[in-house]
Amino acid sequence: MNWRRATIAVVAAAPVIALFAYGFTRDPGEIPSPLPGQKAPGFSLAVFTPGGAAPAKTPVRDSIRLSDLKGKVTVVNFWASWCGPCRSEHAALSAAARQYAGRPVQFLGVLYNDRPETALQWIADMGGQSYPGLLDPGTLTAIDYGVYGVPETYFIDPTGRIAFKQLGPASDIILHRWIDSLLRVAPPRDTPPAGSR
Amino acid sequence: MRIPALAILAVVATTLFAARPACAQGAGTRPSPSVAAKETAQAPAADSALDARTAAVSSTLRCPVCQGESIQASPSELAQQMRAVVRDRLRSGDTPDQVRAYFVSKYGEWILLEPTMTGLNILLYVLPVLLVVGGVTFVIVLVRRWTTREAKAP
Repeated sequence: MNWRRATIAVVAAAPVIALFAYGFTRDPGEIPSPLPGQKAPGFSLAVFTPGGAAPAKTPVRDSIRLSDLKGKVTVVNFWASWCGPCRSEHAALSAAARQYAGRPVQFLGVLYNDRPETALQWIADMGGQSYPGLLDPGTLTAIDYGVYGVPETYFIDPTGRIAFKQLGPASDIILHRWIDSLLRVAPPRDTPPAGSR
Repeated sequence: MRIPALAILAVVATTLFAARPACAQGAGTRPSPSVAAKETAQAPAADSALDARTAAVSSTLRCPVCQGESIQASPSELAQQMRAVVRDRLRSGDTPDQVRAYFVSKYGEWILLEPTMTGLNILLYVLPVLLVVGGVTFVIVLVRRWTTREAKAP
């Protein structure tokens, strides 16, 4: 065996293998967000459904401002009726919003590239929604949050800072772990609770 | 022996250099005809300068829901909305760099089709050149060695 040649071959192949190992263990469609740790972009969005037991047809002129929610843990979920994975997370979001109803927690569903009529029908088909649904004309707020696909969920701490961004459906476990940790105390930066991405 | 060796050199060189335009194509700035037509129809003639600036900035921003396309080239809904944001920001007095900085603050450096020449990104610019130079040098050395052996052979 020619050791010199074997060494050269290993040295030449190692970086290529390392590069492939790095590439194949990452989701190429995932865009790492710079927002966690930053102040959440403010918004004032019209309500198209108040959620809960209230009648679905609330005047659209009512709006919710993020700045009015200081002191609360705010869960902002971007969704659309045409989005398949949004179906799988809807029950968990609605259930969690009901469970935290007496606590300083606010759930918000922001409609992404969809029409309110279609969204209201979807909510009715899904058995209702226990938190307000908001309109985002021109997708300006979604772009402000770096949204590129739905569902995406942002956990905002009581001081108004984004603690975590969930790409894809938010599960019951993720919702409870993040909300509970933010209710206890605003966690230090870059320390996600176990079990989240 | 000399001719096949030179032929290999030519093939390797052609392959290496042919790779460059293919990469540049990913960052193409040419809008699709339908998008261009739509924008022209919507925008008043007086805003043609703003249109041109919007197109120039949009061509440097990656479409988040596409594969290697700029928001200028993509007909997707999100790309159209992002172009509207670019336009509004330019109209309200932002410089192209400020508009790009806004998108970087929301989507990270990923959003730039052309990475900035800072930190590890420098490798993206330097490595291809080093690989081409190294590859060509390697082939030249190899060809010379072959041709020398050929000349020495009885």
